Amino acid sequence: MDLIWRGLARGVKLLLSGDPEIYEIAFLTLRVSGLATLVSLVLGVPAGLFLAVRKFRFRRALVGAVNTAMGLPPTVVGLWVAIFLWRSGPLGALGLMYTPTAIVIAQVLIATPVVTGFTMASVQQLDPKLPRQILALGASPLQFWWLVIRECRFGLLAAVMAGFGAVISEVGASMAVGGNVRHHTRVLTTAIVLEVNKGNFDVALALSFILMTLAYAVTFALTVVQQRKRRYVT
Amino acid sequence: MARAANPRDQVAAGDAREIIAGSDIRVVRQGKEILVVPNIAVREGEVVAVIGPNGAGKSTLLAVLACLDFPERGRVFFRGTEVTKRNVVEIRRRMSVVFQEPLLLDGTVLENVELGLRLRGVRDGPRARAVEWIRRFGLTGKEGQAVHTLSGGEAQRVALARAFVLNPEVLFLDEPFSSLDSIARQELLRDFRRIIRDTGVTAVLVTHDFLEVRLLATRVLVLSRGRIEAEGTPESISNDPLWGRLAGLH
Ligand SMILES: Nc1ncnc2c1ncn2[C@@H]1O[C@H](COP(=O)(O)OP(=O)(O)OP(=O)(O)O)[C@@H](O)[C@H]1O
Ligand SMILES: [Mg+2]
Repeated sequence: MDLIWRGLARGVKLLLSGDPEIYEIAFLTLRVSGLATLVSLVLGVPAGLFLAVRKFRFRRALVGAVNTAMGLPPTVVGLWVAIFLWRSGPLGALGLMYTPTAIVIAQVLIATPVVTGFTMASVQQLDPKLPRQILALGASPLQFWWLVIRECRFGLLAAVMAGFGAVISEVGASMAVGGNVRHHTRVLTTAIVLEVNKGNFDVALALSFILMTLAYAVTFALTVVQQRKRRYVT
Repeated sequence: MARAANPRDQVAAGDAREIIAGSDIRVVRQGKEILVVPNIAVREGEVVAVIGPNGAGKSTLLAVLACLDFPERGRVFFRGTEVTKRNVVEIRRRMSVVFQEPLLLDGTVLENVELGLRLRGVRDGPRARAVEWIRRFGLTGKEGQAVHTLSGGEAQRVALARAFVLNPEVLFLDEPFSSLDSIARQELLRDFRRIIRDTGVTAVLVTHDFLEVRLLATRVLVLSRGRIEAEGTPESISNDPLWGRLAGLH
């Protein structure tokens, strides 16, 4: 019990002292996971919409694959990205191993199935006859997709939250392809693991506060948007 | 656009009056032929009722004529032009469809009624036109109301206003009144009949209701197991008890 209180007190002190290394780690985390979430939205939202609305031959197999991929262990993703980026690997020439870009790539692979899955689920909550009514109203293909997105915008916000939540909290992939290099690829989760291993629980606690605050702040902001719009629009 | 006294006069007028026509249509689902229609045409000013038992293929036929589905075989023509993937949006913009459920989009009554005009890029007072149709369907005062707070009957009126505001050359209706309770349905049917008379709109109406056939239709098609089994006037259909049973009418 004592350990927790002491850790808490020192953690808060560390935060308030404005320790530059802690803030550097926090900003890198936000940058990497934010960018990964953005890219996964660009890939996952259209994929989810397409899988939910269009009927085609391998649709079922693809939906199954997405659902499976939603549960991919980040460590396994990290392993495969590492194999590709390794100096002698297929993409080794790019020299991306142990860079923030490598972490972004791995996190995109983690978040995209999550975003795709949530997007599919949110479209499937619409009345299945609605897409046809939208076409009957004379929508062009572009207008069609725009209206479908607008109809399930709250579900899509959930997709953003889930995607971001998945990558900001993962440690396995960041460790495998980032390597937790100080001042370069150290993110909050890998830093916490390191400090715990060293027995520096106070620093670990301080970092964990920041991690939770970041994760919570983004989710909270999106929830506010979601709830406020609901009051007026629906 | 006034309706001719006798719709058969229009039949005689021939192709120029055909708004939508189909030839050699065949729709297959899971290896089964669910619609086989060698020939069908809807002419200007007609209200064609499509009746038939559940699963007869009525909705399937409507979707093909409304250019929402492309049949496996056969061709559909809009005013003599074959409907293709290339021109289908253009052609859909000259028609309207109302389904059994209102299928409104998140937003207000006014936003829903305006939507089709906005999709067409109509600059010329979509709001005024929408407000006018909201009035004609008895919803004045509800323009700003969120559609999820409407009753079922009100929502269906919005769906009808949203269809009529587009001034469609042909209106497709798939059991538009069947999910309403009998009072709401009678009221709406009365308003709808007046509006259909006033506008002289050409329409295809799928229904199970004999009253709707008698009140609205100028011609009746009886569909059964994917085929047009009979065709006639509301009178000839009502005089034939066999057709009534076949059609699953109430
Ligand atoms: N996607 C599909 N896959 C398999 N069968 C289908 C499909 N769509 C329609 N059918 C079948 O085609 C037949 C005609 O369906 P349709 O919806 O056109 O009937 P309907 O006349 O509108 O019936 P109801 O009066 O119940 O609305 C039905 O037997 C239906 O089961
Ligand atoms: Mg039907």
